[in-house]
Amino acid sequence: MSYAIRVEGLGKQYRLGGSQQAYSTLGERLGAAVTWPVRLLKGELRERAEKVWALRDVTFDVKQGQVLGVVGRNGAGKSTLLKILSRVTDPTTGYAEINGRVGSLLEVGTGFHPELSGRENIFLNGAVLGMQRREIAKKFDEIVEFAGVDKFIDTAVKHYSSGMYLRLAFSVAAHLEPEILVVDEVLAVGDAEFQRKCLGKMSDVAAAGRTVLFVSHNMSAILRLTEECIVMERGQLAFRAPTREAVDYYMSSSFQKNGERSWAADEVPADAAPFAPVALRVKDPSGNVVETAQSRQPLEIEFEYTLAQPIQGLRVGIYLQSMRGEVILTSFDTDDPVAFEKYGTREAGRYVSRATIPADFLNEGQYLLGVNASAFRVRRYFWDERALAFTVDAMGAPGMHWPEPRQGFVRPQLNWTIDRVGAA
Amino acid sequence: MSSVVTKSAPSTKVLIRPQRGMVGLNFRELWNFRELIVFLTWRDILVRYKQTLLGGAWAILQPLLQMLLLNLLFGEVAGLPTGGVPRPLFTFAALLPWNLFSNAVSDASRSLVANRNMITKVYFPRIIVPLANVLSGVLDFAVAFLILAGMMIYYKFAPANLLLLPVYVVITLLTALGVGLWLAALNVHYRDVKYIIPFLTQFWMLASPIAYEASSIFERLPEQWQWLYALNPLVGVVEGFRQALLGVPVYSENMLWVSLASASVMLVSGLMYFRSMERTFADVV
Repeated sequence: MSYAIRVEGLGKQYRLGGSQQAYSTLGERLGAAVTWPVRLLKGELRERAEKVWALRDVTFDVKQGQVLGVVGRNGAGKSTLLKILSRVTDPTTGYAEINGRVGSLLEVGTGFHPELSGRENIFLNGAVLGMQRREIAKKFDEIVEFAGVDKFIDTAVKHYSSGMYLRLAFSVAAHLEPEILVVDEVLAVGDAEFQRKCLGKMSDVAAAGRTVLFVSHNMSAILRLTEECIVMERGQLAFRAPTREAVDYYMSSSFQKNGERSWAADEVPADAAPFAPVALRVKDPSGNVVETAQSRQPLEIEFEYTLAQPIQGLRVGIYLQSMRGEVILTSFDTDDPVAFEKYGTREAGRYVSRATIPADFLNEGQYLLGVNASAFRVRRYFWDERALAFTVDAMGAPGMHWPEPRQGFVRPQLNWTIDRVGAA
Repeated sequence: MSSVVTKSAPSTKVLIRPQRGMVGLNFRELWNFRELIVFLTWRDILVRYKQTLLGGAWAILQPLLQMLLLNLLFGEVAGLPTGGVPRPLFTFAALLPWNLFSNAVSDASRSLVANRNMITKVYFPRIIVPLANVLSGVLDFAVAFLILAGMMIYYKFAPANLLLLPVYVVITLLTALGVGLWLAALNVHYRDVKYIIPFLTQFWMLASPIAYEASSIFERLPEQWQWLYALNPLVGVVEGFRQALLGVPVYSENMLWVSLASASVMLVSGLMYFRSMERTFADVV
């Protein structure tokens, strides 16, 4: 029994929109019978639901004590895979065999109730994650200390800052001692100090010989924590190799590099509606779509999208990131309060949001653009952290007469002065 | 390893595969998750009266005000008979199971949607969520029961047959669970349930002998159709409560059995429907 996880031909099909069809269980038939008269009146009986495979024929295994990385673009099936492995949702085909208790950090803060105190939530959350009461009681002090919320432990968590809330939630999950730990992108949250703590905790878990399945967009974390990776593409397992090789494969294969990324209708998640992305482009000053931009020239980023219905408080923006997923900047089209006021409600229609990255700003190298369309604290309509990669050429940039790679993401022209202030 | 750590025993081996057709209730698994049932019930109780001015006093005020209103309408205005029992006792004894039932049904039917973030992220037997909601109502019931005890002392009424009372309480809970499971599972797919519940409870209350005697309905029906009224499990339960507490004779014992049968059908069909829909909850809710 040396395998912790064995997955064989795993697949998951989702029904998109439409009413329920093809009733496969007695339950579905019962439900259909109850709702039949209404659906008859609405003429919904003949509607066929569209089906998509979120995961298809995935086969792999994870040895006991192995730390396996899972990388892939948004919508490549990573989350679906983790959801099946943590038994939240059933597969449509295939099977997975799991040896040991699975604890997953998908569920940071699951079962937290805002009206309850930190203390009460620790017990509740622990129980939801499958801990026994005495186990939680034993680790209670450790959990509180790790989260750093000891002064507020008897305060309702609705009064916590978002950072405190998150730290407490992660702390509970981190003290669950599963034989198999499944981690999905928790590191994207919290401040730098806390992220360091989380990574430390994860390597402790790995060092203790437990199996870890680590999903992340953060390539430096993947490189640091895992030795082997699987790469997911469009619901299928595309590649499995030692981490360095897998990351290279992922980087080179999974981004559009021709200066434009467009979305076909079936690539847009159903829950993005009424928002639908059309294309993201990088353009030079004369308006040509380019893969390689010049550092000495401004470059224009153009995001085209449609709204099927008006959206209130919409903001559409970009993340500019390094190839390893470190965010260099985040910017939204309604960052300007005047623009935000003007587009309080964005009417239905086709839009292009444009931003200009000034000249003499980016260093040479490869960059990654992510897009985000959301209404602050209301809803995130669409999000693709890794939509388009482009290259910056530093021809003519400051310091190019020294043929050496320069550290850092930005390469501005700083105003240097050199004054001789006296004799030696 | 000892039995205390059943779930974390290193030998746990799980096979995840598509589920088809009928699935029975996995009692063993429910037992393994017993602490979660306790915690969620406890949470529902803690949260129930949070951020209310009167807090737990609502558990006392609610049934009292309900009783006053019903007595005013059906007693002072309509003048319906109570079979010789003081009207406050007559109504209150019926409100006990009714409130237990109606609160449990409306809480349980909302429960899956309200706990969406848990359901889409962690695995546990989903039935625990509505079950905890149903169980958490028992505390309110206990409080109301104490008020009734006080009223019975005031009116110098000795309970007739307390031994049967727990049986009626259990029937009430199981019926509520059955109906709650149906509505909770339907609510995942069709949010219409949210709008149906107020009508359903109103209608159901009028169809139960809360403010009137069950016999007044039975007597109006031809004998071969009386069972139709008894199909409402609350008819049997309320009659049972009045008999156990106040010594009011039941109209006919056969009708109690009809109510019990109907309650069982609701429970079993609710369980079946819930179990077979369970696997779709995380994808649809």
